[in-house]
Amino acid sequence: MSAPGAARAAGLAAWWEAIRRDRMAALGAAILAVFALVAVFGPALVGDPQALVGIPLQPPSPQHWLGTTGQGQDVLAQLVAGTRISLSIGFGVGLAVVLVGALVGVAAGYLGGRADALLSLLFNVFLVIPGLPLAIVIAAYLPTGSFTLALVLVLTGWAWNARVIRAQTLSLRQRDFVLAAIVTGESDARIVTREILPVMTSLLVSQVIASTIYSIGAQVGLEFLGLGDVSAVTWGTNLYWAQNDAALLTGAWWTFAPTGLCVALVGFALSMLNAGFDEISNPRLRVERPWQAWLARRGARPARSTPVVREPAADPAAGVGAPEPAGAAR
Amino acid sequence: MRFLLRRFGFYCVAAWVAVTLNFFLPRLMPGDPATALFARFKGRLAPEAMDALRQTFGLTHAPLWQQYGTYLGHALRGDFGLSVAYFPAPVAHVIGGGLVWTLFLAGSAVVISFALGTLLGVAAAWWRRGRVDAILPPLLVFAGALPYFWLAMVVLYVLGFTLRWFPLGHAYSDALVPSWSPAFAADVAAHAALPVGTIVIATLGGWLLSMRNTMITVLGSDYVALARAKGLPPARVVLRYAARNALLPSVTGFGMALGFVLGGSLLTEVVFSYPGQGYLLVQAVRNQDYPLMQGIFLVITLAVLGANWLVDVVSLWLDPRIRDAAA
Repeated sequence: MSAPGAARAAGLAAWWEAIRRDRMAALGAAILAVFALVAVFGPALVGDPQALVGIPLQPPSPQHWLGTTGQGQDVLAQLVAGTRISLSIGFGVGLAVVLVGALVGVAAGYLGGRADALLSLLFNVFLVIPGLPLAIVIAAYLPTGSFTLALVLVLTGWAWNARVIRAQTLSLRQRDFVLAAIVTGESDARIVTREILPVMTSLLVSQVIASTIYSIGAQVGLEFLGLGDVSAVTWGTNLYWAQNDAALLTGAWWTFAPTGLCVALVGFALSMLNAGFDEISNPRLRVERPWQAWLARRGARPARSTPVVREPAADPAAGVGAPEPAGAAR
Repeated sequence: MRFLLRRFGFYCVAAWVAVTLNFFLPRLMPGDPATALFARFKGRLAPEAMDALRQTFGLTHAPLWQQYGTYLGHALRGDFGLSVAYFPAPVAHVIGGGLVWTLFLAGSAVVISFALGTLLGVAAAWWRRGRVDAILPPLLVFAGALPYFWLAMVVLYVLGFTLRWFPLGHAYSDALVPSWSPAFAADVAAHAALPVGTIVIATLGGWLLSMRNTMITVLGSDYVALARAKGLPPARVVLRYAARNALLPSVTGFGMALGFVLGGSLLTEVVFSYPGQGYLLVQAVRNQDYPLMQGIFLVITLAVLGANWLVDVVSLWLDPRIRDAAA
């Protein structure tokens, strides 16, 4: 930890390595890169998404590649414009959700005692209260807009992260390096930010990705119900208007199919990326891969691997930083 | 028993939080809640409806704690006030009509998805790197990334609108009168096939992956190796030895998933015009029918809490460790 700059560079290299080596993760990263480009440059290329450019409900044609909506707007322009707004809200909320979750989770796990009991009760209650109905009730009362939407999504999404991070903090707090830091008299703030959080980096990154998937899905769902700003152009409002204009009953599949595919593609890409990152947080998987490659090189079919029974002496890396088992928090 | 009581206490706290949220939300609106709320409805509602609304929210001039007390009393008696859109029908009455359909839809979808996903997960873990394991997980992860209601729109368009294999919406044909006859049951099943099917497809991947991953760990443990070494038939090793223990995390996750699936099924109902809570909820949002919205939120929350408690009972029965800790 003496050279944080070098450590950070090595960390970035590890992430990059994980993406490059895993074919699915590379695919996910590529899809995301395309969407990012569309979100940044797309809106300048397609023109005003709200402009009435043709006869309503026209199927795809050379003039309008994805046809027109029930109001006569260009579907492609709306899709591209929606990409920018939906993705920015999605990633922003994903970050915010993990930030709140980490704050509560680390506080509960590190402080322990009564604070832990209270905070745990809080996030467990928020976990069992169904999110979407709560989000609908809150969103209905607040003035519509992107800020309301983001607020509601954070409010209904933070609890799961808090729970996972608390469990991880609890186990880290018992490790020797944290105990040593406590004994040497480091301040709580320093221990949390310098000793505990850096060890959880991969967990936090994977949670940001998972939370982004959640927030894009939930955002599109709420807007589909008409709880977003229906005059804005986002993926959710596109679907809202498609449903409102009876797209299904008129057979206008082009008004809803592309948007949903984009939502699914982004979600799929993020899941794949996350699966690739698993390797960084789970040394067991990292050890398994070269072993299988070695077997394959010698023409042997990789057998069912049983990483759990491997001798600890042969694999000193296993166990360090391995994620908590699913039920550990209970 | 202590364990179940403690969990029951927890769910009571959760229910209290939900009820309290419901009480404070209208009061969190910018400005004075009563005037803000009534400004929206001015001219659209008869005076008696406005009075009912005021009653529902307990928006009187009494101090806040007194309003809260009155509200709690009403909520305990299941009195959620009068619906604005369906005035003068009580909210409880409006909700009651749709509740059965939602429970039927979400319940059967969750059970089918859980059973099927778990079985496929067992298969994928047992024949690891085999055909099931190579094709199904990525495919289902992709399906799981699709928004429920969008999947519903596509399925409805292809199988209902274009191919005409399934009815386009509602819970049963208009021509039939609800009864306990086989003809009516078949009709309900035909109408439920598409909505249930889409929810199952969207949620199957989660169960499959969680079961597969736990199974792989369990299959590597010593007692399974011993069972194999003893020469027990593979089916017995997989089902009686490995799957039984691998099931526990999935059961724990079951309660958590319920709320999520219920939320998704609300949106699916909207697409299929299925006469459940989701359909009511959209009507409530469109008409700004706040009492109905809040009533639906409370009823759904209570249903999820109850189901979670049942999951606790089941996991107590399945897991001797919890039983020992509780005794």
